[in-house]
Amino acid sequence: MADIIFRTEGITKVYETGEVKVYALAGVDLALYKSELTVLLGPSGSGKSTLLNILGGLDHATDGRVWFEDTELTDMSDRGLTKYRRDHVGFVFQFYNLVPSLTARENVQLVTDVAPDPMPAEEALDLVGLGKRMDHFPSEMSGGEQQRVAIARAIAKRPQILLCDEPTGALDSTTGVQVLEVLRDINERFGTTTVVITHNAEIQRMAHRVIFFQDGKISETRENKDRLAPSEIVW
Amino acid sequence: MQAIDQKLLRDFKRLWVQAVAIALVLACGVAILLTSVGMYNALSETRLAYYERNRFADVFAETTRAPLSLLPEIAQIDGVQSIEARISGFAILDIPGRTRTAVGHILSYPETAEPVLNVPLLLSGRFPDPASTDEVVVNAPFAQEHGFAPGDTFSANLEGQKRELVIVGTVLSPEFIYTIGPGALMPDNAAFGIIWMSERAAAAAFDMTGAFNNITLSLTAGFRPEPVIDALDTLLEPFGGRRAYDRATQVSDAFLDAEINQLKGMAAILPPIFFGISGFLVSMVMSRIITLERSEIGLLKAIGYSNTEICLHYLMLAGLIAVVGVGLGWIAGTALAQSTARQYAEFFDFPYVIFRVSYWVYAAAGLAGIATTSLGAAQAAMKAARLAPAVAMQPPAPPRFKRSLIDDAMARMRLAQSTVMILRSLLRWPLRSFLTSMGLALAVASVIAATFINDALDEIVERAFFQTNRQDAMLLFAEDVPEAVLEDVRNLPGVLQAESQQFHAAILRHGYLSKRSAVEARRAGTDLSRVLDSDGLPVDVPPGGIVLSDRLAAHLDVQPGEKIEVAFLTGKRETFDITVTELVGLHFGLGAYMDFEYMNALFRQAPRVSTVNVTLDENETDALHAVIKETPRITGIVEMNENRRSFQETIEENIVVMNSIYIAVAVLITIGVTYNAARIQLSERARELASLRILGFGRGEVSYILVGEMMLIALVAQPFGWAIGAYIAFLMSSNFTSDLYQIPLVLNPARFSFASLVVLGAALGSALIVRRRLDRLDLVAVMKTRE
Repeated sequence: MADIIFRTEGITKVYETGEVKVYALAGVDLALYKSELTVLLGPSGSGKSTLLNILGGLDHATDGRVWFEDTELTDMSDRGLTKYRRDHVGFVFQFYNLVPSLTARENVQLVTDVAPDPMPAEEALDLVGLGKRMDHFPSEMSGGEQQRVAIARAIAKRPQILLCDEPTGALDSTTGVQVLEVLRDINERFGTTTVVITHNAEIQRMAHRVIFFQDGKISETRENKDRLAPSEIVW
Repeated sequence: MQAIDQKLLRDFKRLWVQAVAIALVLACGVAILLTSVGMYNALSETRLAYYERNRFADVFAETTRAPLSLLPEIAQIDGVQSIEARISGFAILDIPGRTRTAVGHILSYPETAEPVLNVPLLLSGRFPDPASTDEVVVNAPFAQEHGFAPGDTFSANLEGQKRELVIVGTVLSPEFIYTIGPGALMPDNAAFGIIWMSERAAAAAFDMTGAFNNITLSLTAGFRPEPVIDALDTLLEPFGGRRAYDRATQVSDAFLDAEINQLKGMAAILPPIFFGISGFLVSMVMSRIITLERSEIGLLKAIGYSNTEICLHYLMLAGLIAVVGVGLGWIAGTALAQSTARQYAEFFDFPYVIFRVSYWVYAAAGLAGIATTSLGAAQAAMKAARLAPAVAMQPPAPPRFKRSLIDDAMARMRLAQSTVMILRSLLRWPLRSFLTSMGLALAVASVIAATFINDALDEIVERAFFQTNRQDAMLLFAEDVPEAVLEDVRNLPGVLQAESQQFHAAILRHGYLSKRSAVEARRAGTDLSRVLDSDGLPVDVPPGGIVLSDRLAAHLDVQPGEKIEVAFLTGKRETFDITVTELVGLHFGLGAYMDFEYMNALFRQAPRVSTVNVTLDENETDALHAVIKETPRITGIVEMNENRRSFQETIEENIVVMNSIYIAVAVLITIGVTYNAARIQLSERARELASLRILGFGRGEVSYILVGEMMLIALVAQPFGWAIGAYIAFLMSSNFTSDLYQIPLVLNPARFSFASLVVLGAALGSALIVRRRLDRLDLVAVMKTRE
């Protein structure tokens, strides 16, 4: 088996609202491997996004431990996590989260301005097939295009990990497939470890491995012997 | 340019109306700071330089006639550095082409060298030839007013001898930066001039050969004037010396000082208000931007931007607003400083152009502007930096509304849901509603503070010119003359009514407190120049008593019924203990009043008069002036109508400018506050209001919620604005009051309504502009956005 890139030991995340405690994660042990494309599957509120946030250094676990390669993220300072995100992690979100006042190119430059070894913004946009729409503002683009800008922005720093939270959630099937194609292309071309959260069961078929979530815990892990190309997926 | 800086510029461009609305308020603060501090520095530094270069004296004294042989003794007084003895007198002038008389203050110019002190600065021509008896130099403003150039002539009635004088030069003097004639209330350079003539000529004219009647001293550095004044008084006493005084009592310096203090007060009171409001506006707008850009902040953090970078990003947005505000403030301040400088140039006669605002004042005003906006943005920027990225990516939790007693009350009142929404929103963010309201209250206060001066000056004019001094003119005599002169005056052409009045300089003492003042005496029942009590009723001073103005009484800490010591400096120069019988309000000068008969009895003399107050038949004014020009005993005529006219013209001119500025400022504040508040309301409630529209509410009904809330806040602001305005008026009236004049606190309900109308109107206008955006709201798009 390939090298482990992420490892977690019994992580829990508790949200307290008044007197009610909500367990978003209730003891998750997990290992993710280098260059693997993993799909996290599960209904809303099952803890997928919380896990992704903790892996991406956006949030701290309430309990348990997390490692990125040999670095423990568990109690890392804010400053340390900022550097970790800046150097290693690329994010793709359901609602693209583009800065509306910046063009596609400038949105990507937001990353290339601060990353240690980025690719040119133009190259990243070429990779997602938007080389000709670089100077358009988000409002001038379709949802699929916006999401591809978001992916270009995520990969422009040449991240080791790409964390995607419902990347096709706001898209129709055809556009969604285009976005998935890009993700798989990146994964294969650069060997970027890719984690895709979805509650769309069809998408699991393109993954190396699928991890099922239920009530803040992993309910099942399954390896795909026969992966499908995104173009073969329909929903 | 980095992408995040692109974002900064585009955000600024998107927010430009709001940004400019804030920047304009900030600009007001910067402009006023620039003008007041700049003018304050310019005036005080120039005064200092002018005084030093032209050796302005420290101590001044007048006597009746003292021998020159006294000078060595005066020079021996401890602390005296140099002395200048002069001959001084007044003369009626007859100026070619002018029917009215003018008054000249004549000063001797030394024969051998240039004066040791109060050196006049020659602007054109030359100084008079020591041997000449008809050559004079005059102060430049007087020359300019009459179009005089060296070589021109006019005549003067010198102690009964009418003489033709030749102007050989024009000068300015540090003694006469503010030039005001005897008895006059306003400078009038046409009616009053300063004339320097050779010592020999002056001595001959005023019978002062071997003598002097005016002396000025300069002191060794660090020496206090009081002991010198005492020693000088002792020496001059046998020669009719009136008590010597220091710069604080010298008329020109006192007026200049009052102006400088006013600038200091203005710099201290007004700019902080504007800076405070712009800081508040920035804080309000920045908090909202950060709420709106929550997910972008989360994203920037997810990408790897540090807390500091994000904090700086938002601080720089505030910084851009500050840069625009400061820039506008600099431009406006420079223009305002120039116009203020022009006003000063009218009132004060300085030889050099000094009204330059130094660079450090620009820098300081700029820094103050940037500091306040940064401070306003700091809290919001820190909040952005502190947002946990995972939380920031989530939409914010809906604001918590709780039921309270007020809700029950609203339910009982059966208010419409839209009204309930307005009230609940106000109560949900009470601090924000309160601060918004305070911003508008300050706008109301600004109008009240500006227009209050109108009423105060109207009151001064009414009191001073129409109630107290009702005479058409005052005739001044070189020295007191028997009251029989009244008959002669009544026989002058055009004189309808004549009344006598006597003036004496005196030192009033109560315990260790003392004050120099003129004591006026007039007959009971006098009609033209009256003393009025606080209700405006004429007061007849009872024999045996003295009536003081309330400010003079405050100086002396004396109450009616207590005795004060009155040491007369003129007449028989005796000292009496006199009971204070009443205090009266007075806007000009410090007044002390006695009964005419009683004063003459104290001096054991037949009734004498110093001035005669007259009413005139306007048709015969020219004839009267023609006679006065030939009447040696009369040294001056003060035409009250001229004074009234010039006073009113001056204040009206200034007030129109000042009021326009303040009203513009109030409107700017109102627009800044209301427009920003309404925009924030709109952005917070876009979904809510769009939902209402989808539910079937009309445009008017929906905009009622937005405009209604703003107008309710504006209405709540009014009483606060009135209170703050009244307080600022009170501060102005007490801060701007000096020995020279007092600004009465006049609070006129009409001005309050006017202020409210201006602010409510501007608020409605700004809210309606935002309402137009509401009308254009794209319902589908709004409902689709994520927040």
